[in-house]
Amino acid sequence: MTGLLAVANGAAPISVAQNVGFGAIALLMVVGAWRCVTTSNVVHAALWLVLVLAGAAAQYVLMAAEFVAVTQVLVYVGAIVVLFLFGIMLTRSPIGGDAELSRANKASAAVTGLAMVALLGFTLVDTFGGDRLPADLAPTTASQVSDAVFSRYLLPFEAVSILLTAALVGAIVIARKE
Amino acid sequence: MMLAQLSYWQQSILRVLLVLAAVLLPAGTFVYVFLFKVVSFMQSRLGPMEAGPYGSMQLLAEVGKSLQKEDITPERADRTLFKLAPYLVVGTVLLVYLAVPFGPDAYFANLDAGVFYALAVSSISVIGVLIAGWASANKYSLLGGLRAAGQLIAYELPMVLAVIGVVIQAGTLNLQGIVAAQAGGRIFGFGALGLPYFVTQLVGLVIFLIAMQAELTQTPFDMPVAESELVTGFITEYTGLRFLLFFIGEFASVGAFSALAATLFLGGWYFPGLDIDANYMNVLGPVILFAKIMLLAFVVFWVRFTYPRFREDQLQRFAWKFLIPLALANIFVTMILKVAF
Repeated sequence: MTGLLAVANGAAPISVAQNVGFGAIALLMVVGAWRCVTTSNVVHAALWLVLVLAGAAAQYVLMAAEFVAVTQVLVYVGAIVVLFLFGIMLTRSPIGGDAELSRANKASAAVTGLAMVALLGFTLVDTFGGDRLPADLAPTTASQVSDAVFSRYLLPFEAVSILLTAALVGAIVIARKE
Repeated sequence: MMLAQLSYWQQSILRVLLVLAAVLLPAGTFVYVFLFKVVSFMQSRLGPMEAGPYGSMQLLAEVGKSLQKEDITPERADRTLFKLAPYLVVGTVLLVYLAVPFGPDAYFANLDAGVFYALAVSSISVIGVLIAGWASANKYSLLGGLRAAGQLIAYELPMVLAVIGVVIQAGTLNLQGIVAAQAGGRIFGFGALGLPYFVTQLVGLVIFLIAMQAELTQTPFDMPVAESELVTGFITEYTGLRFLLFFIGEFASVGAFSALAATLFLGGWYFPGLDIDANYMNVLGPVILFAKIMLLAFVVFWVRFTYPRFREDQLQRFAWKFLIPLALANIFVTMILKVAF
């Protein structure tokens, strides 16, 4: 409970150090995201994406959401990006980058990106508005998360777990057929 | 405690030094005891005998040798990533050790979801291995990197699923909580021995150990670094310090996973009959945990020196068709028994 969150619940609840940390990580994430879409090397793009996703995990820690941060690392950094890299390396991925990469859809990609930013930004402002984090920010424990998941969000959680278990069993059945 | 009187930055420096010690000491011990001596005895030879008494300084000689070697980067390699990869692999091991408790107050970070954290960060090293394989600009390295990644993904799943049984039984994700649950457990009302989870979760322990062997790419799961096929795979192009880092990473992660397995299944730093809250456990705890780590690491190296290599398709089939269904069955049985008792 202390450990990772020593910064988050130090003497001053929302301290200067926390804000500086937030800014530094956010800057890193913006640079990572920018390089991810501008580099001509696909492997580098995937690794810049790692930086963005890991930065998001660090932000969760700053906001005392330890469980979510660890989940972010396990799912995105440990599994999804590894799958990306695996796929990229199975196909053609020259060391120096690929100058012939298609950028024909640049404009529509920019529009989609801006639309996403507008939508997410509007949702965030609309939902939280001027809300502030509580002064005595206590870390959210895994048991609090599980209490919420198994009471208020039980139905969606069960639906998702049945779907995922079915997918896992299905994958094993397909693999067994050969 | 003494630590509480130090300021934050002093504590941090102390923690960094202790993590380094906790990572390097077991790794060095494994190399000398298992890689140099035990394998030699198994093959009826003495192993290194010249450097120091019984060759005990051989390890220092090897480190010195590696440090002197030229640091070569292949001309067509991706230089930045090539140099970054070994640090990523070693850094991951340091992160795993962070969550392991050594005594009632002797821990680096008492994380609320300790097991979850350790399993999550241990998967980061795959990225380092993939980068190393790709950035070397060598087809053997790339093949080794891909094999390693495929293997690590396949065996990550049974490992996580094997741990769930322990978590259900202990009722907590906190590693200290799991140690306490084992120390306070009872076997049919008989509480003097506690209840180390290898008694009830034997299936889980076996799955964990097999998955661990694969995650560590030790024989019989060493296809990613197979000398005879891939000239040591993703490590082929590395020399000097960077080779040494991969080497340390390999043995240090044996220590990290053994420490996790010892904490989850063998009762961690606690030994039956001792006082779990006593101050002396902060000194005795690390020794007990280290003994358990050595025991598990011995099994790892014993298997490594005994069995021949799997084939790549056998390896994948074993994980997806046998280990994962078995781990799922173990979870269901544990759940039913947990509710029943």
